[in-house]
Amino acid sequence: MSTGNMNLTLKVWRQKNSKDSGKMVDYKVSEISPDMSFLEMFDVLNEDLITKGDDPIVFDHDCREGICGMCSMFINGRPHGPKDAVTTCQLHMRSFKDGDTIVVEPWRAKAFPVIKDLTVDRSAFDRVIAAGGFISVNTGNAQDANALPIPKAQADAAFEAAACIGCGACVATCKNASAMLFVSAKISQLALLPQGQPERYKRVQNMVAQMDAEGFGNCTNTGACEAECPKGISLENIARMNRDFVTAKFVSEEEG
Amino acid sequence: MGSIANAFSSSIGKKLIMGLTGLFLISFLVVHCFLNAFVFFDKTGALFNEGAHFMATNWIIRAMEVVLMAGLLLHIVQGLRLTFQNQAARPVKYAYNDGNANSKWYSRSMGLLGTLLLMFLIVHLSDFWIVSRFTGIEHFNGSTPADLNGHEDMFAVMKAKFSEPWRVGLYVLAMISLAYHLLHGFASAFQTMGWNHKKYTPIIKATGVWFSIIISLLFAAMPVAIYFGWGL
Repeated sequence: MSTGNMNLTLKVWRQKNSKDSGKMVDYKVSEISPDMSFLEMFDVLNEDLITKGDDPIVFDHDCREGICGMCSMFINGRPHGPKDAVTTCQLHMRSFKDGDTIVVEPWRAKAFPVIKDLTVDRSAFDRVIAAGGFISVNTGNAQDANALPIPKAQADAAFEAAACIGCGACVATCKNASAMLFVSAKISQLALLPQGQPERYKRVQNMVAQMDAEGFGNCTNTGACEAECPKGISLENIARMNRDFVTAKFVSEEEG
Repeated sequence: MGSIANAFSSSIGKKLIMGLTGLFLISFLVVHCFLNAFVFFDKTGALFNEGAHFMATNWIIRAMEVVLMAGLLLHIVQGLRLTFQNQAARPVKYAYNDGNANSKWYSRSMGLLGTLLLMFLIVHLSDFWIVSRFTGIEHFNGSTPADLNGHEDMFAVMKAKFSEPWRVGLYVLAMISLAYHLLHGFASAFQTMGWNHKKYTPIIKATGVWFSIIISLLFAAMPVAIYFGWGL
C-alpha cells in the first residue's frame, strides 16, 4: 500500500450521445491521494477538464456510500473495479499503484444503451420491476410486525435478496449480458415472504417475460454475476426463480 | 402466459431444454463408455462385437437411438441459437474484460467446446455409426465382415481406424473438449433446473468434476491403448 500521492494514466470511454460511435481517450491525472474514492479521482479529472475548457466526463453517481446503485464503471475489466463486494464509490485509490494505467468503460449491454460517456440507460431494470416486482396491498395502518410468523432462515434469505441495489454489475460482467441475478433477487425477496405469495406465480412469469423482451442474454451459470455483485447476491436466487418459473408454467393455474 | 407451450420460448425454458437434453446425453455417454470398456476385458474383441451386435439389433436400443439423435439435435440447435442470442445481447464489446477474475474459461466457452465436439461427432459417426448402420462393414477396407461368433467385426474396424495417428490425436483432443464441456455442463444443468442447495450442490459439483474427468479418460484410453497396443 502506497502512502504518497499517485500519478495515473486513465483510458476512458468517451461517447457524445447514444448515436455517436465513441472511442477510448487517454488522460493523465497527477497528485491523486490514495485516500480518495475512485469517483473523487474522477471529480479531480473533471475539474481539470473544465478548467481547460474541455467537456467533462459524464458518469452516474448519487449517494457515494454504496447503497443507491447509481455508480456503474467497468474498471480494468471488472464492474466496480478490482475489490470484491464494493461499489465504485467505495473503491479507493489505495487499491491502485503509482504509475498504473486504468481502463474505464461503461456497462456494455444491448439492454443498457450508452447515454453519454460512462452513463448508461438502466431503465430496462425499472420496466422489469414494473412488470411484477411489487405486492398489491391496501394502504392503511401498518400491521403488527409479528402477526405473520416467518422462519428465521427464510427471513434472512429474503433480506439477503433484498440487498440488491440494482446497479447492473451482474449484467455488465455476464458474458451474455444476462439480468438473471437482478431479476431473481427481486423475485426472491417477495417469493420468500408471506406477503409475496398471492402474486408469486404471476410475478415470475411477467418479470421473466419483461426481462426477455428487454434484450438481456440467457443465463449460462458462469457465476460471474455472483462473484462481482457488490451486495453478494447468491446464485441460489436464480435457482429459486427457475423453480418458481417451472412451477408457474407447468403446475400453477395462475396466468401471467 | 401460464402454459407449457410458451414456457420453452422464454430464456429460462430454453436453458431448461439445454439442461435436460444435456443430462440425457450424459446418460448416453455412460452406456457408450460401458460398452467401450468391453475392449479391455477381451483381447479377441468377441465381447466388444457381442456388445456392438446387441446395440445394433435390440429394438429398445434402436428406438432409443432415434430419441438420442433428436436429443442431440435439440441440444445442438438450441445451443447455437442461445450462443448467437447471447452474443447479440452485447453488441459493443469491452476494450478490456478480465473474465478470469470471476469465472472459469470453460464455463464461458460452452459454445466453442460444443462446436469442437460437433466437429468430432461428424468424424466419429462417419467412422463407426455410418459404417455399421448404412454403408455396411463388408465394404470397409476389405476386412472380414463377421467374427468367429458370426457378429459383424466392429472390433476390426476399430483397430484399423485407430492405427492412424491423426485420428487417435483427434479423438484425444475431442475428449479433452468433452471433459471441459462436462466440467461446466454437469453441475450447470442442475442449477438451471432449480436445484441449488447448501448441502447437495457441493456434492453435485464434486460429482460433476469426477464424472467429467473419469469418463473422458476412459473414452480417450480406448484409441490410445489400441494405437500403442497396450494390453490388446
